[in-house]
Amino acid sequence: MADALADDARPAPRTRRRRVITALVRKRAGLIGLVIVLLNVVVALSAPVLAPHDPLDQDVARRLLPPVWLAGGGHEYLLGTDQLGRDILSRIIYGSRISLLIGLLSVVLSLPIGVCLGLVAGYFTGHFDDITMRIADVQLAFPFILLAITIAGVLGPSPRNVILILAVGGWVVYARLARGQALSLREKEFIEAARSLGSGSIRILFRHMLPNVVSPIIVVGTFGVAQMILLESSLSFLGLGVQPPTPSWGGMLNDGRAYITVAWWLTTFPGAAIMLTVLGINFVGDWLRDLLDPRLQSV
Amino acid sequence: MRRYILRRFAQAVLVIVGVSLVVFFVIRLSGDPTFLLLAADATEADRARFAREQGFDRPIYLQYAVFVERALHGDLGRSLRYRQPALPLVLERLPATMELALAALIVSLLVAIPAGVISAVRRDTAYDNLTMLGALFGQSMPVFWLGIMLILIFSVRLELLPTSGRGGLDHLILPALTLGLYSTARVTRLVRAGMLDVIGQDYIRTAHAKGLPERWVIVKHALRNTLIPVITIIGLELGTLLGGAVITETIFAWPGIGRLAVTAIFQRDYPLVQATVLVTALVFVLSNLLVDLLYGWLDPRIRYT
Repeated sequence: MADALADDARPAPRTRRRRVITALVRKRAGLIGLVIVLLNVVVALSAPVLAPHDPLDQDVARRLLPPVWLAGGGHEYLLGTDQLGRDILSRIIYGSRISLLIGLLSVVLSLPIGVCLGLVAGYFTGHFDDITMRIADVQLAFPFILLAITIAGVLGPSPRNVILILAVGGWVVYARLARGQALSLREKEFIEAARSLGSGSIRILFRHMLPNVVSPIIVVGTFGVAQMILLESSLSFLGLGVQPPTPSWGGMLNDGRAYITVAWWLTTFPGAAIMLTVLGINFVGDWLRDLLDPRLQSV
Repeated sequence: MRRYILRRFAQAVLVIVGVSLVVFFVIRLSGDPTFLLLAADATEADRARFAREQGFDRPIYLQYAVFVERALHGDLGRSLRYRQPALPLVLERLPATMELALAALIVSLLVAIPAGVISAVRRDTAYDNLTMLGALFGQSMPVFWLGIMLILIFSVRLELLPTSGRGGLDHLILPALTLGLYSTARVTRLVRAGMLDVIGQDYIRTAHAKGLPERWVIVKHALRNTLIPVITIIGLELGTLLGGAVITETIFAWPGIGRLAVTAIFQRDYPLVQATVLVTALVFVLSNLLVDLLYGWLDPRIRYT
């Protein structure tokens, strides 16, 4: 902490850069996480180049082939094939697209809405605050997955609906965080000063308050992406998310569940992919928290 | 104290009203509710009669009033598949879910409290780092994958435990571990953070200065004060567990309300879905109310805030 303060005292760009690097090296997990995340992005972007096979190409003649290191496995299908003879590795590679896209988009949709609502509620308080926070309470009173499967059941499952459902579920966290910050900031002298200089509410909210919530929001948003990827895979696992034959990690686990006694690789590899991705993002989140906002514990 | 209780009670009622509004409107999201609330083979005449009976031609606020009135009398509609009232069907399954959720909660508290305390006391040691790494793994693990992997190892390979169903203690082990892992990880982190907070307080330094043994200070002085906020977390954790039960019950064919909800959705049995969601929310709100009141009783400082 003392080091961080000393660093702040001389804000030369080089020391700042050095601080970022030290934090990254000290928390080696952060570096590992960053590598995992970048790898994921690269794989998702270049899936057509990287995938050895068409993820939808079926052939029952080669169904349930084991991975390469087991008897009966071949170099053609490194991680084996599924119950329809599709290449598992290629499906995992393509599945990363769905996970990242849905995880990112649902946060990109819900975060700004949540932050705006929270800032306005915390700054003005009064009825708007009451109503927003009561809505948040109601939403937190549902185990979210139950609400999600109900809506997915009524609207019908599709990637678009999954993103919408997750976005509707995600805003509360950001709103509460932003509201808390706004509540404590509005009494601060620099806000008082801005007001007495004639700044309007909008200017105070976005010029003076928003910059102060950016770092905690980045941290919480990072964990949010991980959370959303887990939720998407849960929905797809239950058959209420991304529909077959589109390859998604949760959907692959759902398919493989029936073959658990004969072909463990159907469920093991896609699940490992989900865990590794989520873990990587959480590592990055942890590292960002230490870097940006050490006071923010246990989110 | 009375004011605090009344306020919390009013909040709980408000939340339940909100939940009922959501449940009421979700069914109407898709347009014509008769398609969701009647069996697929219902004729046009059936639909018209049902719509008239339910008052779907009346203004929406009147419909909601009727819905609330019936719900208050315990009438949450009839299950299409079971052809009987939905509420008793849900209540019948509730004990199984509670059993699973409580088992998972107990497992997670038994592991998380000691793990979190030791982590905080030995801050920045190898033990602390490993525990925090383990907690992060636990929070990154998809529940359904964990369940399937446990079945693969303990049921399929080692043939030690049953794969599914409800029965003796051996049936409970895998589902409870599966459901409890996420909470274990989260509570460990929270206990550690809370403990670190308390350890920095003056009264702990005083206790040390008095020459009290380390163990005594940790257990009698620090842990007690850490556990009070942990109680609030238990209430919220129960929500996570009820939600996680939806997936855990599906994997282990556990006959609780989570599995009931999932099968009901696939069978397009919406009255039953509605009843499940309402009952789950009610259970969650009531247990949180209970926890809050307990909190107010344990920590008198909270009363008038």
